This record gives sequence, structure tokens and C-alpha cells, in this order.
Amino acid sequence: MARYVIVGAGPAGVIAAETLRQQDADGEIVLLGGEPEPPYSRMAIPYYLTGGIEESGTHLRKAQDHYAKLGIEVRQAAVSKVDTGANSLVLADGSALPYDQLLLATGASPVRPPVPGLDLPGVHHCWTLEDARQMADLADPGASVVLMGAGFIGCIILESLLARDVKLTVVEMEDRMLPRMMDQTGGAMIKRWCEDKGTSVLTSTKVTEIKAADGGGLQVVLDSGEQVPAALVVVATGVKSNAELAQDGDIKVDQGIVVDNYLRTSVSNVYAAGDVAQAPDHSTGGWSVLAIQPTAADHGRVAALNMAGVETTYKGNLAMNVLDTAGLVSVSFGRWDGGDGCETAESVDAENFRYMRLVFEEDRVVGALSLGHTDHVGVLRGLIQGDVHLGEWKARLQADPCRIMEAYLGSTLS
Amino acid sequence: MNTGKRLMQKSLHIDPGKCTGCLQCEMACSLDNEGAFNPAKSRIKVFDFHAEGRFVPYTCTQCAEAWCMKACPVDAISVDTLTGAKVVSDALCVGCKVCTIACPFGTINYNQTTGKVLKCDLCGGDPECAKACPTSAITFIDADWTGLERMRDWASKTDSGTRAEA
Amino acid sequence: MAWARKLLRVDLTKGTCTSEPLNMDWAQRYLGQRGLATKYLTEEIDPKVDPLSPDNKLIMTTGPLTGTCASTAGRYSVVTKGALTGAIACSNSGGFFGNEMKNAGWDMIIFEGKSAKPVYLFVQDDKAELLDAGEFWGTSVWDTEENIKKKHQDPMIRVASIGVSGEKGVKFACVVNDMHRAAGRSGVGTVMGSKNLKAVAIRGTLGVKVKDIGAFMTATANGKAILAENAVTGQGLPTYGTQVLMNVINEVGALPTRNHRDVQFEGAGDISAEKMHEKRASDGKSNLITNGACFGCTIACGRISQIERTHYTVVDRPQYQKASGGLEYEAAWALGAATGVDDIDALTFANFICNEQGYDPITFGATVGAAMELFETGAITTKETGGIELKFGNTKALTELAEQTGRGEGFGAEIGLGSKRLCEKYGHPEMSMSVKGQEFPAYDSRGIQGMGLAYATSNRGACHLRGYTVASEILGIPEKTDPLATEGKAGLVKAFQDATAAFDSAGLCIFTSFAWTLEDVAPQLDSACEGEWSVEKLLEVGERIWNLERQFNLAAGFTGKDDNLPARLLKDAAKSGPAEGKVNGLGEMLPEYYQLRGWTTEGVPSNQTVERLGL
Ligand SMILES: Cc1cc2nc3c(=O)[nH]c(=O)nc-3n(C[C@H](O)[C@H](O)[C@H](O)COP(=O)(O)OP(=O)(O)OC[C@H]3O[C@@H](n4cnc5c(N)ncnc54)[C@H](O)[C@@H]3O)c2cc1C
Ligand code: SF4
Ligand code: SF4
Ligand code: SF4
Repeated sequence: MARYVIVGAGPAGVIAAETLRQQDADGEIVLLGGEPEPPYSRMAIPYYLTGGIEESGTHLRKAQDHYAKLGIEVRQAAVSKVDTGANSLVLADGSALPYDQLLLATGASPVRPPVPGLDLPGVHHCWTLEDARQMADLADPGASVVLMGAGFIGCIILESLLARDVKLTVVEMEDRMLPRMMDQTGGAMIKRWCEDKGTSVLTSTKVTEIKAADGGGLQVVLDSGEQVPAALVVVATGVKSNAELAQDGDIKVDQGIVVDNYLRTSVSNVYAAGDVAQAPDHSTGGWSVLAIQPTAADHGRVAALNMAGVETTYKGNLAMNVLDTAGLVSVSFGRWDGGDGCETAESVDAENFRYMRLVFEEDRVVGALSLGHTDHVGVLRGLIQGDVHLGEWKARLQADPCRIMEAYLGSTLS
Repeated sequence: MNTGKRLMQKSLHIDPGKCTGCLQCEMACSLDNEGAFNPAKSRIKVFDFHAEGRFVPYTCTQCAEAWCMKACPVDAISVDTLTGAKVVSDALCVGCKVCTIACPFGTINYNQTTGKVLKCDLCGGDPECAKACPTSAITFIDADWTGLERMRDWASKTDSGTRAEA
Repeated sequence: MAWARKLLRVDLTKGTCTSEPLNMDWAQRYLGQRGLATKYLTEEIDPKVDPLSPDNKLIMTTGPLTGTCASTAGRYSVVTKGALTGAIACSNSGGFFGNEMKNAGWDMIIFEGKSAKPVYLFVQDDKAELLDAGEFWGTSVWDTEENIKKKHQDPMIRVASIGVSGEKGVKFACVVNDMHRAAGRSGVGTVMGSKNLKAVAIRGTLGVKVKDIGAFMTATANGKAILAENAVTGQGLPTYGTQVLMNVINEVGALPTRNHRDVQFEGAGDISAEKMHEKRASDGKSNLITNGACFGCTIACGRISQIERTHYTVVDRPQYQKASGGLEYEAAWALGAATGVDDIDALTFANFICNEQGYDPITFGATVGAAMELFETGAITTKETGGIELKFGNTKALTELAEQTGRGEGFGAEIGLGSKRLCEKYGHPEMSMSVKGQEFPAYDSRGIQGMGLAYATSNRGACHLRGYTVASEILGIPEKTDPLATEGKAGLVKAFQDATAAFDSAGLCIFTSFAWTLEDVAPQLDSACEGEWSVEKLLEVGERIWNLERQFNLAAGFTGKDDNLPARLLKDAAKSGPAEGKVNGLGEMLPEYYQLRGWTTEGVPSNQTVERLGL
């Protein structure tokens, strides 16, 4: 009877555990988490912050006995070392946990930028439930809040901060919001939308220091010399894979733990999935770390199938994000920024905050951006990841890029 | 619960060749789910390929991979063990929309009015669209086969795990 | 319930859009759509107004059932004073636009005044605004529709628009929605064009509710079952479309041919439904691709056709090589028999152009027929026609004039006057086959006597959709009457006219009446709408509407003398077929009709009638 050990009780770990159980009725499955709560979802934290859900609403599975019923042992235990030679883990308390098949799904951690004052009380990342509880205490209606970083995670937090009616200032070092998810057109539209809602958005601006203010609270110093008072500073300046565990063994590590098309690391019975894994990339043909939920779910599933001996090829990372910025829904997929040999089709209605951009390589869609669209956006994934050859539909999409659903049906159901 | 096992259940069989584009299915769907004749809120959509003289009704095939369900961060989508449908719980859904980009068929959509997502739930086992269709372009049949089988093929082509799971 | 209870008033002069409650007292008395909009129009405009002046109003209107699952309940109408006729105009269209308007929460949109520059109305549920249409002006219906959807990034928007012909004042321009569905007759699109209103684009997501959903579902299911079981609505129309009539009407000797000089067309078979189904030797395909339905329609009579790629009309013109709305009977007749042309693909092409540029194929075809007679008799020559040999049967002349009329150019601009003005201009008013300025449709009243009376008394000028006694005289619905007899036709015409007004005003397609009587409609309305809707009440509403329309026309200056037919039908006997030797016996039917209507011998509703109907 095989013993499967999974390090990390986020979505990648949980889906892997469930998939393993489906494939192997008898194997022993141990799921280790580093945090005190039952397995939960980081991406549900914003909804906890807005008060939309209770803490239990963030739990990945709702039934109390879910894991027990499936015979999955869930343990809170931090792993300090992987001994690939001995096929065993060393836990923080010094004990050993042997495995036959190992999955590393330890996720990522927020990056700390080199800015003095990040240790002050009132400065938080928004990454764990514990962070969220502390933020919730400070983000009262009317309170001044500075959000450092307007990337994807930053913008998600922005939405929940706005919902708490705080007085918000967003500081982004790059020249637009969402520099890695939106082009200039889309980024500018989102910025204008936020400003229309009373948020101050400072792009091409850096935080140089955070100081304790005299009468309590914080002062955020900007490179423009300006100072913004704040009761709470939220730092969302990027994430980095938690690959330390794998660092000193034979497991190959680059930006994250490097895996092949089967989500296997350079050690044959060790797999990696989710934010920690650097996996083959569908768009570039290289390897990438994509710290997003759908990727974690896909990785978890495919890794587990392979661990259980059902050979399954991963179709490759595809960047995909959906964001709701105070009612303005934006979506991005794949190589929306195009590149050599790519053609684009765009439709822009800036006044009404509507935008659609498609990027083609030959007769396939390889990337897309949209703003203000909620219907059938998933089909963009189907078009891109299915490598759908559009034939005559390419010209029709160039004429009207919003006809994505027809293009998909027209080119797949003949 | 995410067991993902697909039982041999009935499924919607769609034959675009019979469809006249009348939208009775969209009306039936919206009436059942929204309490009004409101095609804009229908879970099934009929696409009119005017230049080819073709109408294509389209909805979730309750695919085995259940991309939507697996991507959901809060367990708001589950399998109805009776019908095999992947069903959204409005009480649990937080409106994050991740499922809407995860489903590669574009058949789960965000409803801005409610802040939740819409997808076909097979009406608990007695689909209104099939009953409303005057041409039998939509039928609810006893086979693990649907007229949009190619949608599933898309997944199996790129992910050999599909068959093992199905 | 059923009604949205709201109307949108758009003042094009001021550029404003305002919401108003619907007058529910009037709704109880005029039901909706045709009836209710006519009531608003008669209350709001002077019937003597020039149809193309800013003082005319144009109303787009749905019925209470529009947007529900009752079969065919997706209709809307355009009501105005007609540009072609100067009479009340009410042109009814299917497709999907009507539902969209209802789902956006509007029973009616009233356009008044005239915009200083081209605009279009964009409605998203309760939000409505007039937007600049500069970029669409001068483009076809097809391009306008595509480009509006593209501009607003929403393929689900439904559009009703006018083509270039409507901008250029072609007198029989229509309002086209969903690429090929049209509020076709009487020049309602011309009125729209005169207001500088290019299009109405709507997206509706609010939903439509009914009074008693349980009873409504039962009533509508019963209605649908009747349609499915009926030979005409269950088989004939879905398979052959209205074109099922071509050979039938030709055989009974009532197919007006070459400007009504003949009553049978030797080429009928070549322009018939059967021909549309026939596989071509060249490419193995048929003209007909499939049938299609309008919103909620379980009959699905619509034709989707494609022209053979090598046909002269479409070579190197890919936009016409695609499938689009194909020939229905009236269009096939007007473009074909009335002009003596028997090339099905040429007719399909002309029909595409009618849709693309938004004008009525019946009046167009009939006017070309009249022009051909003018040409053959020498009243006009190639000098007037710009070199076109305008002889009966000249296929290329037909398609060339279709394009010219679409652009409002060349001799097409003269065709755009309609036959009455054209024939008067060239000194032969007797050659116009029209009543009250509107051309006949596809039934010769020498072979179908009741239709003569129906045409003569139709409130919107010659028309088959105001009292389709063909149903009884030829098809035996609800019971067979002798098409060559005049006895009993006055009553038949009145009954058809009143019932039709009720069907139209409910928001239903008149084709349901091949299978349904008001007995089938009443329970659907009664369960959907406030108030009680019995057959008796519907008949009364229908009669009230008919009389209201009549009063409008009388006030506009029409008199009993206009309830007439061209001399050709009253004096020149049919030359062949079962009706050989017959003329229409209008004189035998009209006095009885007036009497049954409760009108004076001059054709004016008597005080008693006015009082009885509460007008
Ligand atoms: C506020 C916020 C909002 C987000 N919103 C979105 C969104 O809208 N869309 C989207 O696609 N993504 C979103 N994300 C990202 C998404 O949540 C992550 O991509 C996803 O959680 C990754 O899953 P994972 O299982 O790889 O890692 P994680 O969810 O990070 O789980 C890692 C697990 O490993 C455990 N662990 C780590 N180290 C150890 C150790 N040494 N020993 C034992 N256990 C360990 C942790 O305790 C945790 O249980 C969001 C993230 C945040 C923080
Ligand atoms: S919504 Fe999409 S992913 Fe979800 S079950 Fe249906 S087809 Fe599959
Ligand atoms: S929108 Fe709702 S159902 Fe979809 S993934 Fe998010 S929480 Fe789950
Ligand atoms: S009800 Fe049937 S025929 Fe009508 S649109 Fe739907 S699938 Fe097509």
C-alpha cells in the first residue's frame, strides 16, 4: 500500500489528495499544512475582508468530515527538510515522515520590497487568514489606507478595501495599474474607473519609506516627496515560490521547483504543484511560475494522476485572470501582449469601459484581454489552450473581436 | 463533494440540425431559474450562424473534468449525485468568477445583478429546455453521450487523464 | 403583468428620452401593439399631417404577449401615418427585436419631431439615449446592424434600422430588424428616415412576467399543440414556408401576372417552394438552406436561402454568397410573377437587396411590373430608364433596378415613388395596381372575390394581412367558401378583419390563425393579462380598432370613394383558369359590408356604431 504525502494544504494540495483517493482506494494519504486553520483558500480572503463570508467560508471544503470520510489524514505540521535519499520528510518538531510519493504544494509567499518601515505595526501583507484578521481590525470605514502595489493581488484587495469604505490611496511603481495583466488601454480604463469612484491612484510612484506618525498611525513617504498619512498600509508587491524546502537536495529549483509535463520534479517520486511549481508553459514553450488558482487546481489534479500511475500530460500553464474592480470586470489570458509574428484585433469603447483585445498567431488565438465582459469569457481559454484553428473565423474575429463564442463553435463543431 | 465521478446518467443531447432558433428553450430555462421569461439570463444559449443558416444551442455538458468546480476556491460547485450535474450553491459562491475563466467552454457566466454565477444544473433531472423544444433539437437521453461530444474531445485531446476519470 | 406598463417617449427635435406610464385604461380597450399604438397616434397627431413632416409620429410597439413563451409571441409593429399611402400604417414584424424591447421593459417607443442630424436610439433596459449615427448613415441595414453590435461590443443587441432607401426617401422603405425581418409596408421606414433616425438598438435583460403562470403555461401549451397538429402550421409552413401557395394560387387562376394583365404565370413552378427545395444540377445544393423561426415561434416558416455561387448576381460579391432571408410567397410573387421573371436566384438576390437596403419587395416588384407596362406601351423609354430595356421577363432589369432602388438612384429613384405616383407622372394612373396608394399583394381578386373587398376596405391600402379571406376561399379555414362567389363575403371579410386586429394587437403572428381561432387566443391572453379576456371582448376590441383606424383615414381625407379597385380588376375579365371571364364583384359586396359594419352608405361609422364601440 502506497503512502502519499502532500506538503501544503492549499487548493493544489487538497485537489491532489482528492484525486489520489479517486484513483487509489487504499493508499495512505497524508496532507500537511503549515497553518492552524483547516485547509482554506487564500483567494477567498478578500470576501472575508468585505464581510461577505465568515472565516469558515474560506475553507476549501465545507463538510467537517470531508477529509476523514475520504480517508485523508490532515495534519498541521511544518516541514523543515526533504530527504530525497531516504524518501522521508523532516518535520519542524524533528520527527521524520517517510513517503513513497511526495507532492510539494507549499505555495508562495509575498515579496517584501526593500523599504524601511515594513516592520511597523499597521503594515501588513494580505496573504494569510491571520493577516486578514489584523487588516480587518484597522480598515474601518473612513480610515486612511495605502495600498502598495496595483498588481493582480493588489487590485483584488483594492476591491475589498473599497467595499469597506476606506479612504484609499494606491501606489504603483510602474506606469499603469495591472502592468502584468493589462495593456496601457485597459490599465488606463481601470485607473479612470477607480478615480471616478474616489480612489486616488498614483502610478509611476514609489514608496521610499514608512514612518510612525507623531500622533499615532503611519506616514507613507513617496519618491515625489509627498507624504500620505495611513492607519493601515497593505503591501502587495508580488509573490515568490516557497521552494526553500527543496533547495538543498537534488530537486532542481529555479524561480520555483522545476517540473516536467507530468508535474514531476527532477527526482522521480517527488512532484510539485501550484504556486511553488515552475511548470511547462503553454504560451511560451518554456517554464513559468503562475501563482493563480486555476493553475493550482490543474497542477494538483494532473500531479496526483501521475503519482497514482495514470499517466497524464499537463497541457501547460496558461496565464488567466479575472478581476472585479468595484464592478468593472476585467479578464486576461495568455499572451495578451502579443509579440513577434502576432496579429491583434481590438475593440475599444473607453467611454463605456468596454474593451476586447485578441492576439493571434497564425490562425489561432494566443492571448486576450477584456473589460466589461462577463458572458462566455471562459471560451477564450478553450480557444487558446485547445489550439483551435480558426480558419475563416479569424477574419470574422478581426472584424468583430467580440464574436468569440461563435468563433469557437464555428471552428470546433463542423 | 469533489469526487468528480461521472455516473451513467442522462444527459442533454443537442442536435443543431433540428434547431429553428425559436428560443423557447431560453425562455423555459429563464422561467425556471429566474421566474420570468428572460432569455438574457438563460443557461442555454442559441447561437445564430446567420450566414450559414445554422442555429446552435449550447450549454454546459457537465463535463467530467469539471474545470469550474475544481477551480472554485470555496467549494460552491458540487456534483448533484442524482443527476451528475455540477451545481452552484448561491449560498457558498462568493462571486470570484474564477470558474468563469476556468471553464474552457464558456458555459458558466457571472450575473452582475446577483453577484453569483449561472450554469446549467439539469433542472434537478427534468430539464425544462428539452421539454420546451418544439423540434426535439434538445432531448434528455439515457446515454453518456451528447451532441456536443466534441467539447469533451477537446479536453481528452490535451489531457489524457480525462478518460481515466470519466 | 404581460404589459411592461411603460412607454418611452423620444423627442428627436430636443434629443430627449423620457419614460411614461402606459395608459392602462386604453390597454383594456385596445389591448396593445396595433390597437393601442393606433389609439396613441390618433390622440397625438393631426391625421391631416404630412407623413414626412416632423409633426408625424412613429411608434414602435409590442403586444402584451410579446416576450412570453406563447407561440409566435415576439412580434412588434411600427405605427405611423404611412409615407406611401397617407393612411394609417401599421407594419408588423417578427424576428427578435420585439422581445428585446419588451425585455428591456418597454411596451412602446414613441418617436416625435425630427433630429437635426442622423441619430440612433440605444436602449439598455431602463437606460435610453440618442447617439450620433453619422458613421452609419449611408450604410445598409446589414452593415448598420453588424456595426452597432460591434461598436457596443455586444452581439446580443437587437437592431431595427433603415437602409439607404429609407434615407433617400424611397416611398415604400421599411424598418428591418434581425437582418431580414421587416415592418414592411406603407413606407414606415420612409417616415423613420424623414426623422433622421437610422436605427433603434436594444438590449433587454429585465424579464417578462404574466398574471397567472400556471394557467398561462397550460394555455400556451394547448396552443402549441394545436399548431403542431395542424397541417398548415405543423407541416406546410415549416417545410415550404408561405411559398407553399405559389402553385396553389396559380392553379386557381388568382396569381396576378405581369401587372395583373394575366391571372396565371407560366413560370410559377420555377419560382415556387418546390423549386427552392430542388437540388441544382450544378452544385447539388438547393436554394433553400433551412427554415428558421422568429422569437418563440413553433411554426418556423422563415426561409434561409443561398444563391448559387456562380449566379451572375453574386459573382465576386461575397456578401451575397452567404445565406440570408429567402423568398416568402408575397415577395416571390411580386419580384417574379408581377414582373414576369422566373429565375429563382435572381428573385432571391432582389429579395436580399430589399432586406439589405430596407424596402418593401411587394410594392417594389409591383411597381417594376407597372413600369414594365409603361415601357411596353411606350409611355416611358430607355431615356427614362437610363438604358434599361424594361420589358416583362427581363431578369437583369429587375436585379439592376433592385440595386438602384436600394441606393435611391437612377431610375430606381422613380421606382421608389411607388406605382401610383409613377403611373400618374407618366400619364397612366390606370396602370397602377393599388388601393389607397398601396400595391396589391399576390392574390388576384378576380379569382378570389372576397379579397377584392378586403383590399378595397383595408385601412392601410391594398393588403393581404388585414383580412385574409384566402384562408377560407382557397384553403377552407375555418370553412370553405366559393372563391368565385360574392355572396357572404361581406360578413367573411368583416369577421377576418376584426379577428386579425385582435391577433395583431396581442403580439401574435397572424399565421397562427391558420390553426387558432380567438377561442385559442383568449385563454392565453386571459391568463397573461390583467382584466378578463373573453372571445367576445376580443371581437369587440378588434372591431373597435378597425373603426378607430377608419376614423383616422376619414379624418385624413379619405372617403368611401377610396374603397375601390383599379378598373382592370372590375372591367377586364380574367383570361384563363377557373376564373376565366370573371371580374371582381366589389359593387355587390361593398354596400352589404358598410351595413354590417354599421357605417353609412358613404362608409362613415354611424353615431350609433361610434357610441356602441365607445370611440
Ligand atoms: C488575497 C489573495 C487573493 C487571491 N485572489 C486570486 C484570484 O482572484 N484568482 C486567482 O487565480 N488566484 C488568486 N490568488 C492566488 C491563489 O490564492 C493562489 O494561487 C493559490 O492559493 C495557490 O494555491 P497553492 O495550493 O499552490 O498554495 P497555497 O494556497 O499558498 O497553499 C500553500 C499551503 O502550503 C502550506 N505550507 C507552506 N510551506 C509549508 C511548509 N514548509 N510545511 C508545511 N506546509 C507548508 C501553507 O500553509 C498552505 O497550506 C489570491 C491570493 C491571495 C493571497
Ligand atoms: S460549466 Fe464548463 S467546466 Fe463546468 S461542468 Fe460545465 S462544461 Fe464543465
Ligand atoms: S464565482 Fe462562485 S462558484 Fe465560481 S469559483 Fe467563485 S465562488 Fe466558486
Ligand atoms: S427550443 Fe429547440 S428549436 Fe427552439 S431554439 Fe431551443 S433548441 Fe432550437
